[in-house]
Formats: sequence, structure tokens, C-alpha cells
Amino acid sequence: MSTGTDFYADPSETSEGRVFTVTGQDWDEIAADMGEGDAAERIVVNMGPQHPSTHGVLRLILEIEGETVTEARCGIGYLHTGIEKNMEYRTWTQGVTFCTRMDYLSPFFNEMSYVLGVERLLDIEDDIPEKAQVMRVLLMELNRISSHLVCIATGGMEIGALTVMTIGFRERELVLDLFELITGLRMNHAFIRPGGVAQDLPPGALDEIRSFVALMKKRLPEYAALCNANPIFKARLENVGHLDLEGCMALGLTGPVLRSTGYGFDLRKAQPYSGYETYDFDVQTWDTADSYGRFRVRLNEMWESLKIIEQAADRLARLEGAPVMVADKKIAWPSQLSIGSDGMGNSLDHIRHIMGESMEALIHHFKLVTEGFRVPAGQAYVPVESPRGELGAHVVSDGGTRPFRAHFRDPSFNNLQAMGLMSEGGQIADVIVAIASIDPVMGGVDR
Amino acid sequence: MSDDKPAPDKQERAAQQDAKTGQEKAVEQPAATQSPENAPEALGEPGVEVRAVGERRGMFGVKGSGDTSGYGGLVAPVVLPGAAQRPYGGWFDTVADKLDAMVEQVVIHRGEITFHVHRDNLVAAMRLLRDDPELRFEFLSGVSGVHYPGDAGRELHAVYHLASYTWNRRIRVEVSAPDDDPHIPSVVKVYPAADWHERETWDMFGIQFDGHPALTRILMPDDWPGHPQRKDYPLGGIPVEYKGASVPPPDQRRSYN
Repeated sequence: MSTGTDFYADPSETSEGRVFTVTGQDWDEIAADMGEGDAAERIVVNMGPQHPSTHGVLRLILEIEGETVTEARCGIGYLHTGIEKNMEYRTWTQGVTFCTRMDYLSPFFNEMSYVLGVERLLDIEDDIPEKAQVMRVLLMELNRISSHLVCIATGGMEIGALTVMTIGFRERELVLDLFELITGLRMNHAFIRPGGVAQDLPPGALDEIRSFVALMKKRLPEYAALCNANPIFKARLENVGHLDLEGCMALGLTGPVLRSTGYGFDLRKAQPYSGYETYDFDVQTWDTADSYGRFRVRLNEMWESLKIIEQAADRLARLEGAPVMVADKKIAWPSQLSIGSDGMGNSLDHIRHIMGESMEALIHHFKLVTEGFRVPAGQAYVPVESPRGELGAHVVSDGGTRPFRAHFRDPSFNNLQAMGLMSEGGQIADVIVAIASIDPVMGGVDR
Repeated sequence: MSDDKPAPDKQERAAQQDAKTGQEKAVEQPAATQSPENAPEALGEPGVEVRAVGERRGMFGVKGSGDTSGYGGLVAPVVLPGAAQRPYGGWFDTVADKLDAMVEQVVIHRGEITFHVHRDNLVAAMRLLRDDPELRFEFLSGVSGVHYPGDAGRELHAVYHLASYTWNRRIRVEVSAPDDDPHIPSVVKVYPAADWHERETWDMFGIQFDGHPALTRILMPDDWPGHPQRKDYPLGGIPVEYKGASVPPPDQRRSYN
């Protein structure tokens, strides 16, 4: 027997029963080893945390009878990095650098929810320049596209539709290129800051965005052509991971899962922020409440995002040279970034000013960068509609220069609660589809 | 902490000179536009309790020695926004009327309303908020813990963010428990969504949610000692050496406070 030589995969007896470690060998060997009786009928399978189909380091504890899942639980926490605790030891501005790394597929939404909370506490919500607002919307909608693309791509890969994955990542790369052009980074941008955004739009960015939109309008129909009516795709997704509106409300599910039940709730419409009420777009719904509906909602939402991006690009064309940071110099980051011969860095003009011309400017820069600004005591919770649903930051200040507490209500964390309800009683292969339709990002779940 | 009023002298004097008109002014103002600066207690109005939840000492976070700036003796109380006065304005009053007896304190800050509820009333209040046709807060966003070590007798707070999709409203319900009796009733029976959120709050703060179906750790390993998000739990870290210099871990660095 091949497992006999594997030190880690030997079967062992525990008080809970026999333990087998399955590492990719022939299933027949395991089945033969289990023999007859109880073990052959009822097995508890630990799927993950290192498993290519569990969407990251998610551990599934499945009790199965044959191929049917009778009980399903999630084990999470494998990616816990203490971001919230760390933020308590950094300034309010530095906090953005941490929270952008939580849900790594939607960094701008993480930044946005935190920054909106800080701005509400600072009472500067109405002072944010228009251009900063439009740039935030533009980046968030680009981000929504890239996030949905990864969801569809990995979801396709997990059911064996490899072409969906390759074309999904192909298009996502285009979005990341735009991010790199605008923020200097492909991921983890820390670009949306309390008071505005870190930097103005670089020259030529609008042309790039417009050509991206034009290209996406040609490429998005490919997904529809590949999947929408594909009998294999539909057979795997339809009526799988069913969760109706009642279940969504009870378990706090938001985003595409909620909208796939036919209820068009979208925070961008219901409680608009950053000027979303001035954009023309529709909330996409589906009425099947299953994985297929969630796929279609995501696909349609990408079209809506393209609409918003076009409108935002038109507005930005009119706003050339407008400020992107709040006018209050006690909050606005003092330096501006520029691209030098060795990459992105502090603008040389600014360095010349503080080092050679104005002592007060140097003091101001030093105080704001090392100490930061103070935020009046209080608490705020401003949710945004992230690609996965309601993402909100509960920001608490004690009047100091650092967050007293920053807690993130991550949609993936909440939505994963529905995993059991969606997959119990179904086939083991459908668990994968149900999870892919929730689209959890473990960086956000575990924070 | 003490219940000292932190109101600056100037405001106190102004309020004493014109106590009655000050009070009227405060009452006339809808609470949605009240801010800590113009809220009644900041104007020194008598009878409104202001709780200090902590104390800020010095300017530069230096402990032990080394601060010769003279700022070391600076002591300032940390005061959160105080109780709002009726009328709260708009639908805030509708919700407050329904909850009425169960509410200890209402705080309105930056247009967001927070109902402080005693833990004994929590489940009843949540059930009412969910079921009453005029309230219909059918959606619980999450539970978030906050640890105020200086808030004597109410160190641990659990904050519930509720949303009503029917009315498109948002409120916050805040409950507290003392450090030596960290028990808060679970709301999982009312809002199943609270399941994982309460587990996280237990994991991070050590608040025990009585009646929770399976209150186990969720993010930290099962055998982890302590509750990491509490203020008395150190951040941890090791000094990093680079080119002969040593950078201490973030919680031991010189920093502003």
C-alpha cells in the first residue's frame, strides 16, 4: 500500500475514530482501508485549509454519507494577521496602509469604508473636493470589475472551466495595470486617504481608462458566450447553493447573494456616499437565489460598473488641475508624490520647499507626518457596497492621533455563515460551487 | 473614573451667565445638528452627567524619563460625546419613543444615533427593534467590541449595528459589561447573523455572550491564552536591527498620544 511509506499519511486510531490523511493518492486505497461498518458510511472530512477548491485558506469540516453532505462547518482564522490591533498603534493616515490589505481583492473598498468613518468623525464629509470623490468612485468601480472577474475566474476553475479562469485573469490584469498607472501599485494601494486621495491622476490616464472600457465592452460578451447558456456550466450552478431572501436577511447576507434573490438592495442607491446618487446606473438582480443567479448578477454588475466608469471619466476630463485633497492643511497630507527617475517618491519641489525655503513648512510637515492629526472623540460606522456586500468600518476615536478601535464588518466574514445552510443536504461537489458563489476572500474574513 | 465635568472655564462661565437661555437653546436644536461643542453638557448645563472614559497624560507618550519639554504634566480627560436632549429630530424620536424605558442614554454624534441599553434589556430591545412594524430593523450588520479600560464598571462594550431596509435607517445599540463580570446576553436567537460576530467579540475581548449556541474562538487558535483586542493585551513584536540601529516594536516606540 502506497500510504504505508508516508510518515504523515498513515492511518491512526484516536478517541474520535480512525483518522486518515488523504494527500492525493488513489481513493480506492482509502476506501479499502476503511473496510465495512460505521466508517464506510459516515465520514468527517476536513477539507482545507490548504485545498485548491476552498477559495483560499478556508477549512471546511464536512460530515458526509457517501457523496451527500449531512453537516457542514467552516473553520476560519488561518489568515488572521491582527490588522485591527495594529491599526491602534499607527496614525489615522497610516491606518489606510493596513486596512487596504484585508480583503486583498477589493483594496479600495477597505480604504473607502475606513476613510469615510474617519472623515465623518472629523466632520469634513462635505469638504472633500469633487475630484477626489470622482476618483474614488472611478477606482472603486474598476475594483469592482477586477474583483468580480476573479470571482468568476476562480469559480470557473473550481468547477473545471479553465478557460473562464484564464480569460478572467487576463482581463483583471488590465485593471491592475490601470491601478498601477494611477496609484503606483497593483494591489494594497493605500491611495484613498482621510481628506481625499493621495495623488492626482497622472497624464494620459483618462485615455487608458477609455480604451480599457472600449476593450471590456468587447471582452465581457465572451463570458456570456462561454457560460450563460453552457449546459455543463448551468448544470453545475443552477439550483445549487440556494438561499432565499429570508435566509439572507436572517444571516445578514448582502451583495450579489442578496440581489440574486430578486431584492435589489444596493448601498450605492439606498445610502449613497461619494456622490453615487449623481451617477446613472441600475441595480442588477436575478430571481433564482442560486449560484447561477449570483454569477449572472456579477456579470451584469460589471456592465453597470463600466457605465459608471465612463461617466466618472467624463467628469474627470472637466476637472483637470482641481484639488484632490481637502483644503484644511491640518488634515491634508503635506507632501505630494511625483515620479522621479527612480520611481514614485516625494515631489522634489516639496523637498526643496521644506528643506531650503520654509522652516514652518518643515515643522508642519514633520508634525503632520510623525504625529498626525487628532480626530474628535466619538464613533462612526459608514458602510459601503463592496463587491461582496456591505463592508463597514466601525471607527472609534478617543480624541487622539491614533484609532482607539477600528473594527471592520467584512461581508465575506458574515456571508460565510451561510455556507452550512447552502450546502447541507447537497452533494460534496456542490459545496465548492456554493462557496464560490459566496466569493469569500479569506484576507477579509480573518483580518 | 470620576464623573468630573471637563467643561472649559470659558464655556462654564458663559453657561452660568445665561443658564436658562442656554438650556432653551439646546432643547430647541434638533439633536441631529448637536455636536460635542454645542451639546448642552459642553455648555456646562447642570444636571447632565458627563463620563470620562480615560485620561490622556503628557504629549509624547514617553514613560519613565526623558521628557524635559514640560508637557509631561499635562492631564486631559477623554470624554466621549454626551447624551443628546429631546427632540432628537425626525425618525430618531420614533425609535426612541418605542424603546423608551429600555434606553439608558441616547447619543447623537455626526448624524448617527446610538442607544445605550442595559444588558438586562438587550434581547427584549433587539426583539422589539426587529419586529415592531414602525421600526423593522431586520438586518444586523455586526457586533463590534470596544474595550475602555478607564470606564470604571463598564469597561467592555459591545456595539450592534442595525439597519432597517424597510425604512432605510441605521442605528447603533451599545451595551456594556464590567471587566470582572463580562457577561452579555446573546442575540443569536433574534439575529442569527450575530453568531460569528459574537464569537469574534468573545475571541478578541473575552465578552461571554450567554445563550450563544457555541461560543468558541473563531479567529485565534482554540488554545490561545488571552483576548488580543483588549487594551491590556500587548501588541507584541521584536526590535528590528538595520545597519547597526535598532527599531523597537510599534507599541514600544516613542509616539504621540
